[in-house]
Amino acid sequence: MTARRVNDWLEQELLDDWHVIADLESMEVGIDRRTKLFGVDLVATVFATSEIRVERPDTGRSVASQKKYGFLWASLGSPDRDVVEISEAREVDRHLVTGGSIAVNVSGLRLVENFLDMGHFPFIHTDYLGVEPHTEVPPYSVEISSDDELWTRDCRFFQPVASPTAKGGFMVDYVYRVIRPYTVSLYKSNPNQQERMDSIYLFVQPVDEENCVAHPYLCYLKDGIDEATVRWFMQLIFAQDKPILENQFPKRLPLDPRAETPIRADASSVFYRRWLRSHKINYGAITAAG
Amino acid sequence: METQHRKWHPIAASSDLPLRHTFHGQLLGREFAVWRADDGYVNVWENRCLHRGVRLSIGINDGAELKCQYHGWRYANRTAGCTYIPAHPADAPARTICNRTYPAVERYGLVWSGETPDGELPEISELEAGSPCALRAIPVNAPADLVTKRLAEYRFQPNAKIDGQGAEITVETAQDGHLSLSSVDGEVSTKLLLFVQPVDSNRTVVRGVLSDRPKQEDELRVFLHHSRRLSSLRDLIEAEAAGLPVPEPMQPVIHRVSEELASMPEQTLSGRTAPLRVEVSRKWETAAGIAGLKLVPVGEQLPTFQPGAHIDVHMPNGLVRQYSLTNGPGETRHYTIGVKLEPDSRGGSQCMHREVREGDVLAISEPRNNFPLRRDAVKTLFVAGGIGITPLLSMARALHHSDLPHELHYFSQSEKHMAFPEVLERLGSGVVPHLGLDPAETGKQLKAILSRYQPAMHLYVCGPGPMLEATRKIAADHGWPDNSIHFEYFKNTNEVDDSSSFEIDLARSVMTLQVPAGKTILAVLRENGVDVPSSCEQGACGTCLTTLLEGEPDHQDVYLNESEKSSGNCIMTCVSRAKSGRLVLDI
Repeated sequence: MTARRVNDWLEQELLDDWHVIADLESMEVGIDRRTKLFGVDLVATVFATSEIRVERPDTGRSVASQKKYGFLWASLGSPDRDVVEISEAREVDRHLVTGGSIAVNVSGLRLVENFLDMGHFPFIHTDYLGVEPHTEVPPYSVEISSDDELWTRDCRFFQPVASPTAKGGFMVDYVYRVIRPYTVSLYKSNPNQQERMDSIYLFVQPVDEENCVAHPYLCYLKDGIDEATVRWFMQLIFAQDKPILENQFPKRLPLDPRAETPIRADASSVFYRRWLRSHKINYGAITAAG
Repeated sequence: METQHRKWHPIAASSDLPLRHTFHGQLLGREFAVWRADDGYVNVWENRCLHRGVRLSIGINDGAELKCQYHGWRYANRTAGCTYIPAHPADAPARTICNRTYPAVERYGLVWSGETPDGELPEISELEAGSPCALRAIPVNAPADLVTKRLAEYRFQPNAKIDGQGAEITVETAQDGHLSLSSVDGEVSTKLLLFVQPVDSNRTVVRGVLSDRPKQEDELRVFLHHSRRLSSLRDLIEAEAAGLPVPEPMQPVIHRVSEELASMPEQTLSGRTAPLRVEVSRKWETAAGIAGLKLVPVGEQLPTFQPGAHIDVHMPNGLVRQYSLTNGPGETRHYTIGVKLEPDSRGGSQCMHREVREGDVLAISEPRNNFPLRRDAVKTLFVAGGIGITPLLSMARALHHSDLPHELHYFSQSEKHMAFPEVLERLGSGVVPHLGLDPAETGKQLKAILSRYQPAMHLYVCGPGPMLEATRKIAADHGWPDNSIHFEYFKNTNEVDDSSSFEIDLARSVMTLQVPAGKTILAVLRENGVDVPSSCEQGACGTCLTTLLEGEPDHQDVYLNESEKSSGNCIMTCVSRAKSGRLVLDI
């Protein structure tokens, strides 16, 4: 399983894309950070000049790297597009928070799918994002946009404490968007300014096929909330997901439609798996052929 | 390796299954969720929820069902059939959502199972006579055949001379995965059976069973003796295994789910068939004029039911009648129904009362659920009139078991007319009897019960037609929206007008058929070889519900509520007809 050599078969789209490999806030000048991307060892260094270098010990060469949104990004190939554009990051009345990096022993694709899922809120995020008996997932719409992103709209769910500033429960509106195979975001109604949305981007670092690191990036309206609370809330939610995700079997995401049992509430996951199939993304997946 | 798949292996000790625990077992690379229900039954299941593959060994054993942590799907004791999907509380899960089960036998203090074991679990003669006593399981990081080989060198003292030194050990039998050792020291001797459980290619569990339980005062010393000595032996075996090449882990086959589950499950099509055979194991008068019948399977396990489900009973006299199951959650060894003797019986209830006896075999359908119970209500009210108690009893038992707020209002002539009193008693203060009321008093009482509607409350009603109508009207008058009122009629007392004639188009089958006066849509479909499910065939049970794509329906059933009827997108094909010249059905 782990023996596949990355450059021989890794999908070009993934190879040439940018991936977060560290939260810059967690790095210190001059101290090497060792990590992995697609099973390849990397050593990242931040210099006093604030320059950066990301090196592959197996070849001794540097790979493409850059700093953006508070993260260190790297690419094993030749990037032909920039990192995802986040327009909210330019709005001055938002906290822009890196949510702390959380390693999870499961395929990053499973993590993305969990991010798209509302049905687990009452069971895993009990008393925060959901509570029994309010378990119903009302119908919502899913579509592939003209620029080939996956959008899930009209999602509604009853949440007792939808965000750190929410006072009491309310029906929360969600929009989900899969931007790239390992990049997903959500937009949800802000409890104070219900016409505006808080947004969360999730950059998943595929460490190998069965391990990933979740790097959340939060763009929350500053209205009534401080940065530390935003980070605390996100870490609480991710810590609740981690043990469940690590008990998923198999650890890679099966793309065979008959591997698992989808229900109507899983429309987003059905589309995501189909979308991955159409992009021929197999890294972190079990292909339909077996 | 194949032979290992066809053998029985121990996978847990009985003591690994305390009340409402779920144990994580493994055999030949395959993980199991092992749990004991409150009725004592031991379930050995594939350790994966069918939905998203989360381990069921981290699920919640509520004594009757196992609930997955991730999305709260519930699976029934014994059958492993899914009974509830919280994301869609108004739907009854497809009967085919059923987890993979493995055989389970509890014997000699151990739980035995296997992939596909041949025959019955063999008797182990050494353990049949005495009082077997299982020792602590010892996991070893080594292949099973190496462990089996080295276990022949195990040295131990007999129970009665546990602190001695000079025991002679004889290996009486040594076969694949199973050794019988005898330790003799002077006058005393003890037999020890050692079973080797192949967990994976390089991991093994050693399960020792003493043929006789030590005396209570020696117990602790005997257990410590074996624990220490087996642990030392483990260290030696592991050291030896560390020098050998590491074998590839086993890859158990994960079976694919059935094709119809790969997309969103739809209702399966089946005619009015009775594939199950049950024996009437008990028949008793549960209340004045009401017979209780307990039906046990002849042969196979009964299929999973959900609260609110009914079965068709095909009677010896050729009639077919529907009866609701009264069973509580996880009660999967039998179906229990209640049958009221109708004074104007057309032969159905008379036959059940007078002709059917204990020991008789009846043909029944699989349970169908057209009266599904939501479990996402802030409070649920049940209103039962007379024999209408039966489906509501099953529902109330499910909510009671999960501590969900509910009240069961039972309108009955008198206390002696109340069915299944022993079950009602277990439901405790949730049951509110209303006895001997006339229609006016009943109406007054219903107004009091239904006067405090709040969002996310739900009402379930079952009883005689007039009472049902009254309850629905009172509820509507008190602000209960249509979709919060759920009802089930016993029968359709409306006069069915079948004088119209019209055309039906079957959109998916691409067929056009004529429905003449005097014949139902259902009958025309059947005549033309289109298999559609049905049950009561009088517009009461909901089984033949069909999506209507075009045309104006002439509803004559009592199953659909007013907003469903006016939506014009569904029809009961057993009684309803067309006002327009043509209907397009999604068949």
